[in-house]
Amino acid sequence: MTSKINTYKRFTSIFILIFSLFIGVSNNLSASEPQEDTIEHGHSAETAVAAHDAHGQDAHEANGPIDISAIAIEHVSDSHSWHFWGEGHDAVAAPLPVILKGNNGIVFFMSSEFHHDNEGKTIVEKNRERFVMFEEKVYYANETPNEYGQYVTLTAKDKEVSVSNAAPLDFSITKNVTQMFISVIVIMWIFMSIAKAYKTQGVTSAPRGKQSFFEPLILFVRDDIAKGNIGHGYEKFVPYLLTVFFMILINNVFGMIPIGANLTGNIAFTLVLSVATMIVTNINGNKNYWSHIFLPHAPKAIWPILIPIEVVGILTKPFALMMRLFANMTAGHIIIISLVGLIFVFKTIYIAPVSVAFALFIDVLECLVAFLQAYVFTMLTALFIGSAVADHNEDGAHSTDDDHATAGH
Amino acid sequence: MTGSIAAIGAGLAVIGAGIGIGQIGGHAMDAIARQPEATSKIQTAMIIAAALVEGVALFGVVVALMSK
Repeated sequence: MTSKINTYKRFTSIFILIFSLFIGVSNNLSASEPQEDTIEHGHSAETAVAAHDAHGQDAHEANGPIDISAIAIEHVSDSHSWHFWGEGHDAVAAPLPVILKGNNGIVFFMSSEFHHDNEGKTIVEKNRERFVMFEEKVYYANETPNEYGQYVTLTAKDKEVSVSNAAPLDFSITKNVTQMFISVIVIMWIFMSIAKAYKTQGVTSAPRGKQSFFEPLILFVRDDIAKGNIGHGYEKFVPYLLTVFFMILINNVFGMIPIGANLTGNIAFTLVLSVATMIVTNINGNKNYWSHIFLPHAPKAIWPILIPIEVVGILTKPFALMMRLFANMTAGHIIIISLVGLIFVFKTIYIAPVSVAFALFIDVLECLVAFLQAYVFTMLTALFIGSAVADHNEDGAHSTDDDHATAGH
Repeated sequence: MTGSIAAIGAGLAVIGAGIGIGQIGGHAMDAIARQPEATSKIQTAMIIAAALVEGVALFGVVVALMSK
């Protein structure tokens, strides 16, 4: 028991050490913000560019009406530094590594070299190349700045500003990547200690500690989701299903706490999960599965319609998985940020009870949604795998076949 | 009138979700009233169906967000 407390203390102290190192380094490295000029323009295109120039200030300062949608989008998006609290100059943010593959090779630097600049005004020169960051994306800097001091070429169209600079390949360790590493470490810690507990105590004694919380979930995934949907031969797929389930669940929970990053609301992450499901399903597809797609059991007259539908269905099923998870998580986070942001929109503390009550209700709903989305993703994955490995006899559509000579089907 | 067509589109998608999940809930209530001992099975199936319907509605919301 004391050894468990010691490892827990050691883990916590290492975590606090790394955390404080980040904050200390960031406070030393962040210099003062570049001075912003407020420029008045009559032309709409230029006001759009000017609005984007002062975009960072507008969203954060109380000069005019506060832009809650910009703040919400900023909170659910990825970024090159992990912002904890504070605004502008006093912001406490941990810088994260920026790894770019430019024309002259790979460069590596910390995002604090941009000095919190998101408008393309600060140039970082590495490896004889000049980089500039605009809206959390890194581009090659122009030779001369434009009228606002920005080194990017902006074109405004209907309040949307697009950048026409070239960009290097970006392999940075951004906030979402760091969040992924953190949740991988958390998941590995949980499951390796549970596995060790099973090894040392056996499966017949009562579970203790983390085991007692996670065992019902693990058995639920194995028995209800895997065995229920895959049937015979389900053991092979239980590791993948457990991985998917807990990866989504832990990342959903991390996304809900204020200091976490929104990883499951990042469409690239859900894309990778659904591509993994697609690969697992199609690699394990047996003759039945492929014959249902390319030689469906239907009158031959509608085959020209049915076969393309089935073939596209191979892609749309994982696509639906990806969109469902991404949209649910992002929408939930935006709702919570908007509800709390009501306090800042109305600029009075008296709206706080209403706002917090609503946000609490939505938070509870989000806890349910976090678990539910993990469950639905895993269950649909198991269903697709089940349809890929299904035996000939289990399919009801074959009931009129000649092979079934005996009764009972 | 402020706002955009995208917001109207998102609202219509959410109407669809509301109707769909409401129907699911209503039929689930009827089924539970008929056969209370099957409550947990019906509840599980209801939650799954609701999550799938909500997924479809959120496709619409995401398209509305992207177009803006």
